[in-house]
Amino acid sequence: MLKIGSYEFKSRLLLGTGKYPNFEIQKEAVAVSKAEILTFAVRRMNIFEASQPNFLEKLDLSRYTLLPNTAGAKTAEEAVRIAKLAKASGLCDMIKVEVIGCQKTLLPDPVETLKATEELLKEGFIVLPYTSDDVLLARRLEELGSHAIMPGASPIGSGQGIVNPLNLSFIIEQANVPVIVDAGIGTPSDAALAMELGADGVLLNTAVSGAKDPVKMANAMKLAIEAGRLGFEAGRIPKKRYATASSPMEGMSIG
Amino acid sequence: MKLVVNGEKVEIPHTVDRVHTLLQHFNLDQKVVIVELNDEILEKGSHQETRVCDGDKIEIVHFVGGG
Repeated sequence: MLKIGSYEFKSRLLLGTGKYPNFEIQKEAVAVSKAEILTFAVRRMNIFEASQPNFLEKLDLSRYTLLPNTAGAKTAEEAVRIAKLAKASGLCDMIKVEVIGCQKTLLPDPVETLKATEELLKEGFIVLPYTSDDVLLARRLEELGSHAIMPGASPIGSGQGIVNPLNLSFIIEQANVPVIVDAGIGTPSDAALAMELGADGVLLNTAVSGAKDPVKMANAMKLAIEAGRLGFEAGRIPKKRYATASSPMEGMSIG
Repeated sequence: MKLVVNGEKVEIPHTVDRVHTLLQHFNLDQKVVIVELNDEILEKGSHQETRVCDGDKIEIVHFVGGG
């Protein structure tokens, strides 16, 4: 079970809801993924096009926990405002703090992320900050009282996978709250590796929504995350420099 | 009455004097929306009684796909 604040989840896959080819494919991908946590962004409504369909309306909200993000915020103040707007919907009390500090790399601003996290924790939110893979920053975020830490594997939407598995393993090792690898995942093997390293979950979006067949990829990610978790729990063998025979040397009928 | 809704100047009938009726006016009353009135975020339960006045600045936001 993945425990975040007062919530418990069977699935360790958190799925983003952006950039799918259409709602039908998206709905199927979400169903196949078995994800229980879905992320959303908060944006101005086009008031003159009220009839525009919205993916949220197509979901049975009793089956999902919404994790709105503060994407678009460049400062702690903006992030706090977006979080409060999301909460005022009455649909959620979790928030993914995302304060982008650089438009080219979309890497998070560590100082503003810390500030926003601190403020939102004071306000009673369940706070999941998206952070870089900096080990000390992850510790500082946990010390503030974050309910989970979400280090990026590599830049958002880059599909580069885990560029610093060592840092990620340090973050996982030191953490007493769930560590959810967020952003940069490209393939099922990336997601499996995150889980093998001991991550408690994986949050991904583009890897599924941008795949040639998003529904099939949603299934692949689900299986990879389950396999990676099982592998972590089972405990891998140590790496050795030379071979060790799997078959016995005794009783050979030749030579 | 003149309002600024999502950064746009709009003219609405005087019968629209509450947040709830404003949402009805834009056909948004059945949608999941969050309203900010003059930089103050409104709880969902207060849409019914909260008044809108000439010159008010209103933001109407919703959830969209995102990661």
